[in-house]
Amino acid sequence: MTQLKDNTPLGKVIVITSGKGGVGKTTSAAAISAGLAKRGYRTVVIDFDVGLRNLDMIMGCERRVVFDFINVIQGDARLKQALIKDKRVETLSILPTSQTRDKDALTKEGVEEVLKELKKDYDYIVCDSPAGIERGAQLAMYYADEAVVVTNPEVSSVRDSDRVLGLLASKTQRAESGEEPVKAQVLLTRHDQARIDKGEMMTVEDVLELLAVPLLGIVPESTAVLRASNVGMPVVLDAPSNAAAAYEDAVARLVGEDVPLKVGQEKRPGLISRLFGRSA
Amino acid sequence: MSLFGFALKPRRSKSAQTAKDRLQILLAHESRSGSKEPDYLPKLQRDIIEVIRKYMKVQDDDVMIRMERENGLSSLEINIEMSADEKKGESAKKKD
Repeated sequence: MTQLKDNTPLGKVIVITSGKGGVGKTTSAAAISAGLAKRGYRTVVIDFDVGLRNLDMIMGCERRVVFDFINVIQGDARLKQALIKDKRVETLSILPTSQTRDKDALTKEGVEEVLKELKKDYDYIVCDSPAGIERGAQLAMYYADEAVVVTNPEVSSVRDSDRVLGLLASKTQRAESGEEPVKAQVLLTRHDQARIDKGEMMTVEDVLELLAVPLLGIVPESTAVLRASNVGMPVVLDAPSNAAAAYEDAVARLVGEDVPLKVGQEKRPGLISRLFGRSA
Repeated sequence: MSLFGFALKPRRSKSAQTAKDRLQILLAHESRSGSKEPDYLPKLQRDIIEVIRKYMKVQDDDVMIRMERENGLSSLEINIEMSADEKKGESAKKKD
């Protein structure tokens, strides 16, 4: 499945962002980059959350970090020294961030330099944005060609996504230079069909109508996500699950395939397990 | 929580709809550039102030213009605060 593409790298920069924290940015960044790499695309995923490094944990490479993104920006290490090659998928690399520095260590010029360098070798450069709309988040989106806005069907997440979509349309290099705007798509996560059926959760259509951008995919609320993070596996590399299938579909759409939307769902607990009060 | 909870629980109104309605109003206010919020509002505000100035004394920030969207109905609300020598608290509201 993993074969190196010999042609010149695509050099596409994709930011995974959301505004709100805890909606699944890092999970999605890990799953999408692993999904792209599985398809043979040379992929690197960068952690922009300086000071709160977590991508390394989700990717399961936390004990292999020697140099980081900030070391490279400040000239203390070369890019090749900081990049960690994934042990499961040949075409995947991880650029971890610093756990001890703060967001001021990121500079626009430094980020631009690193991205320029990576574009020479990689098809996809996935930027895992920190939560919020401060410096770290703004730099993560600034050089993006495309954006995946991770959203939960919940009021504060939708509101924050709307805000972030506004920033993508105004505070990016593409916006400032008058180029074609950043292509933004919504990835709806923690989707729960059972709760939607009961009228407790906004539907996909509701969220899309509010945000008015295309949908990249629907990831169901799934126990597989926590399980995968427990063991440091991107969801798509872990045991098959609805969430993994949803991410695979999203990745297929991201690379331009026409995949029909499916609403995956966790199996509902049977009568017996419900009676005995077992919950996931 | 009770054993027969599913039978006794009264049918609650659909909270998801409430969430959507609240967001619709909110997002129309917190306009983001390049979205469905009309970008003529600031210009409209300037023009309206010009017109009002012909007849009465108003400052730039005495005029407030808001657009709301709800269930397919848009409303344009124009509030003009007038100084003490003019009549007080008058406001104009126009629906379309």
